[in-house]
Amino acid sequence: MAHENSKMQTPLRRVRGLGTAHEGTGHFWVQRLTAVSNIPLVLFFVGLMIALDGRNFADTRAVIGNPIVALPLLLALLSILTHMRLGMQVIIEDYVHSALLKPVLVMLNTFYVVVIGAVSAFAILKLAFGG
Amino acid sequence: MVELTLPKNSKIRTGKTWPKPKGATNLSEFRIYRWSPDDGENPRVDTYYVDRDDCGPMVLDALLWIKNTIDPTLTLRRSCREGICGSCAMNIDGGNTLACTKGMDDISGAVRVYPLPHMPVVKDLVPDLTVPYAQLSSIEPWLQTVSPEPAAEWKQSHEDRQKLDGLYECILCFCCQTSCPSYWWNGERYLGPAVLLQAYRWLIDSRDEATGERLDNLEDPFRLYRCHTIMNCTQTCPKGLNPAKAIAEIKKMMVERRV
Repeated sequence: MAHENSKMQTPLRRVRGLGTAHEGTGHFWVQRLTAVSNIPLVLFFVGLMIALDGRNFADTRAVIGNPIVALPLLLALLSILTHMRLGMQVIIEDYVHSALLKPVLVMLNTFYVVVIGAVSAFAILKLAFGG
Repeated sequence: MVELTLPKNSKIRTGKTWPKPKGATNLSEFRIYRWSPDDGENPRVDTYYVDRDDCGPMVLDALLWIKNTIDPTLTLRRSCREGICGSCAMNIDGGNTLACTKGMDDISGAVRVYPLPHMPVVKDLVPDLTVPYAQLSSIEPWLQTVSPEPAAEWKQSHEDRQKLDGLYECILCFCCQTSCPSYWWNGERYLGPAVLLQAYRWLIDSRDEATGERLDNLEDPFRLYRCHTIMNCTQTCPKGLNPAKAIAEIKKMMVERRV
């Protein structure tokens, strides 16, 4: 609640704070957009995992090498990771209020998603294009 | 930061059990939160027994009966005693509601009464609502126009007037506001369900000319978008209103003006 030095401020000064960020709707909209795109893409991903269960490496590489499989896989990666990053950011903003920890966690959240995305995309492309 | 435990000086202790009224046969047990800023003590929960044959049916009747006949130091807000002023909002039997419209017979076991959650306490059942009131004034809840004022009144069709139903009835008791976990965690940045319902009441008023400015004022990850449709607000509203829907409608307007 109120810090010692905010007790002399008027209540309106406290709730007006730094004003509006003039954003938030973009975040909200992309979260919904990726929620919708996640439905077919996650279903596809789960179906693919079941189909590939027990197959050997050469078979798996052949399946993922097919553009009809590789492209939706890459799209699933983009959609899921974007959704994950936005969702995690909301959780951090909800629960972490430390001036130092919050920006650090928001950064780590982004780094984590970018690294996971890069590694996964590289793996898919390597399988798809052989080598 | 999320506070999962109470600070040391807010931990609630077991208080005094007041004697049962003499000769009474029909008793209801009340466990009531007590805290005074004057004695330096921690909060406590006192137990009282109310003579139901000498008292009205509502929780507020019982609280006033206790204040009048057992313990005059019990402190609470009340005014209209009929659900229109919003003064006697408190946490009764685990939910925020108005003491004047909550019947004792609707509660099984002892009646537990606490102030509205996560607000600073002034004394006993009286919360400090300074921040929610300031938030309400920050959304400027009055008609704003630029056009020259008409000679008679600002006209509105019956259809447009009906859009205010379910919104104008809000009595600003802040039961919803203080039931919202998002508001608990970010109370000074998130406007909360009661204030956002009022914001929506002016956003869809066909006579108001400041709709864009009002939306601009809400376009913020904290002021509006802390709402995660938890729905405690709608569940607890003693007037049966739906603040969660009003907030969803604001989000829809936000998307509508850019998609």
